[in-house]
Amino acid sequence: MVAEIGQFVLILALITAIFQGVFPLFGAARSSQPMMRFANNAAFVQFLAITGAFICLTIGYVTSDFSILNVTNNSHSLKPMLYKISGVWGNHEGSLLLWSWILALFGLAVAVFGRNLPDSLKARVLAVQGMIGVGFLMFILFTSNPFERIDPAPLDGSGLNPLLQDPGLAFHPPFLYLGYVGLSVTFSFAIAALIEGRVDPAWARWVRPWTLAAWGFLTIGIALGSWWAYYELGWGGWWFWDPVENAAFMPWLAATALLHSAIVVEKRDALKNWTILLAIVAFSLSLLGTFLVRSGVLNSVHAFASDPARGVFILIFLIFVIGGSLLLYGIRAPMMKGGGLFAPISREGALVLNNLLLSTATATILLGTLYPIFLDAFTGAKVSVGPPYFEATFLPLAIPLVIAMAVGPFLAWKRGDLAGVISRLTFALLLSFLLVGFIWWQQTATPVMSLVGLGLFAWLLVGSLLEWSERVKLFRGPLLSSWRRTKQLPRSAHGMTVAHIGVALVILGITASETWQTEHLGVMRPGETVSVGGYDFRFDGAETVAGPNYEAVRGTFLASTNGGKGVYLFPEQRQYSTPPMETTEAAIRPMLSADLYTVIGETDGTGGYAVRIYHKPFISWIWIGSFVMFLGGALSLSDRRLRLGAPRRARRQKAATPDLSGAKG
Amino acid sequence: MRLRFLIPVATFAGIAVVMWYALFILNLTEIPTEFVSRPAPEFSLEPVPGYGPGLAQADLATGKVVLLNVFASWCVACMAEHPIFMELKAQDTVDIYGLNYKDTPDAAAQWLTRHGNPYQRTGMDLKGRVGIDFGVYGVPETFIISSDGKILDKIIGPVSKDMFEARIRPFLNGAGS
Repeated sequence: MVAEIGQFVLILALITAIFQGVFPLFGAARSSQPMMRFANNAAFVQFLAITGAFICLTIGYVTSDFSILNVTNNSHSLKPMLYKISGVWGNHEGSLLLWSWILALFGLAVAVFGRNLPDSLKARVLAVQGMIGVGFLMFILFTSNPFERIDPAPLDGSGLNPLLQDPGLAFHPPFLYLGYVGLSVTFSFAIAALIEGRVDPAWARWVRPWTLAAWGFLTIGIALGSWWAYYELGWGGWWFWDPVENAAFMPWLAATALLHSAIVVEKRDALKNWTILLAIVAFSLSLLGTFLVRSGVLNSVHAFASDPARGVFILIFLIFVIGGSLLLYGIRAPMMKGGGLFAPISREGALVLNNLLLSTATATILLGTLYPIFLDAFTGAKVSVGPPYFEATFLPLAIPLVIAMAVGPFLAWKRGDLAGVISRLTFALLLSFLLVGFIWWQQTATPVMSLVGLGLFAWLLVGSLLEWSERVKLFRGPLLSSWRRTKQLPRSAHGMTVAHIGVALVILGITASETWQTEHLGVMRPGETVSVGGYDFRFDGAETVAGPNYEAVRGTFLASTNGGKGVYLFPEQRQYSTPPMETTEAAIRPMLSADLYTVIGETDGTGGYAVRIYHKPFISWIWIGSFVMFLGGALSLSDRRLRLGAPRRARRQKAATPDLSGAKG
Repeated sequence: MRLRFLIPVATFAGIAVVMWYALFILNLTEIPTEFVSRPAPEFSLEPVPGYGPGLAQADLATGKVVLLNVFASWCVACMAEHPIFMELKAQDTVDIYGLNYKDTPDAAAQWLTRHGNPYQRTGMDLKGRVGIDFGVYGVPETFIISSDGKILDKIIGPVSKDMFEARIRPFLNGAGS
């Protein structure tokens, strides 16, 4: 019964979405209030319907209703409750349902929070959201129905891939989708602007918070995914340049670029066309990311089961959405009026450089990800483009980007003074050279890239702090007045500093863990001790333990520094029964200075076990830094200006000057 | 209408056409190779540290059919086919030689320690020169080498069980007769 209700409300949602995609557009073209207002109600109904469908599927999973094919394929009655629930979106059909639900949620958010938006803009934005919804709901209903029944129902399900039974992964897709779908809102705003033929600073003020939110969620989603890979795959790697990872990384890069270019539109009314293009591209990359791995076009370790019928639908959908929006851009963008002028050396110039580097990086990653398809098409070869390519192309773009990141915030709008800025950054330059010199003096054999990474870390960290302290006039007057300035400084300014510091911390984590990692790989017998990275690891033996739906060999390690009490680590090698599969559960002791990482493997038959022990200095900072970046985004999002942006637009509307070039933010 | 604004849509159209082609026209792993039935090119390589003697052209002419597997520690697809090679080694079905492609010695050795070593011999092609001589497009690729050291066929992409039965097994059986 529950499946039929779910199916029914999904069809209802599709019909609503079709209406939502059509009527408000007509309404906006003919200035018909009722038709435009209809968008709000449609968004609300669509949200309710998809929520209903999602609840139905969740009930199916929680009650282990194996008459639903999707539940049979992806769940098992013995699975812990958390993974029964996360199993709802841990598969192709369910994850699409989650996608559509978040899309409807954001549609509703625009309808509710967008009270101050002009009717026509809001109607068009919601209509575009509706059309995207139509595509997704049709895809679900016609090719990937989560509510399909199976008769006769089997006694038990075939289980969820054990690799995916993990708390990190339970929450990774929802965050990623919040990011992907958040970009759909900026996309809808971009399309609405193209239809209206008008972009003004108030538009940018609307787009920026949505981009910020999407960017923040993407940051968390990607960080969770790489954290999962780090501790679950059992070899301590955290980024593999896999197509699916790239699929999430490309929209993140594009969103980062969009975040910065939207500032220029808002403050200086320039870069409008570029910002619109970025908004379209960012969402297009999200769609590509969602679909590439499901279409059968690309093979990947993450790939969902692919099915040719889906491939056709996906391609048509992508052509319609991406091709259609880019065509609209090609036709309408030339009519947009350009805005304020600026010198190359200026805040705008720095942001343009940021955009150039970020979009080039995105393009090279896109090229590397699609290259196998192209090669396949032209020569028939199937290959995997590996990290050597991505490292060789990404790093040369990332390095100047980070250098410019410290400089940009110092530059004035319109025309900046580079020499003056560099003199104000002398301290940062000095400190980074000191750090690099010290490291090199300690260990002359340090690879050049490690020195560059550490230098960049110090440069960006100190540079960001300098810029912030200059703004609040720290130590240049009474502390009290600095405190007052701190409170007066817009939160978006604090947010920028925090986010940039986050990037610096990520650089520290990556560089230090790559440079100073030490490890021990080999067979150990109970009682043996090895020393790795200044810690003594004593192996106390292994035993077999039973989990709820697996059996595991659990090793016991005692890690201690000389004389210290030490910590116990319990790595496991799990053998799941449904589906039969082995997973490695690394035992990790995360610390700020380093992670202790232990893995237990096969027994050699004579009491010894193959073990892997790593000492990874500063690696936690990769994830701490990502979280700090997210915090920066959140801080910026809480800026009063963004919340109050809309009423200002309403006032300007009354002034009846649609083109507000040169308006100060 | 200014044409430069159409560049994005034109780019996308190109991508879409190729994706369309990839989806409907292409059929995965088949490839005509100009190397078939030719002797393997001449080469001589150092082994992955700790993993057996090095690998040279002469080592491939062994009097029986062998496999030459091109692998790298950075290659995700290699992990997918690796268990199959381990199984082949355990059952002593066929000798496999490993050509480590554009890797670093440390990373390759670690990778073999982690995932097991199915190879009789390994050779490190650090710069990819030997790979070019063999006509390697990417990783993984698996060459089937005849008893007198000629290339019989090659499989592009990860080897699956089915693929082994369909494309490698016939050569092994044929060699016995």
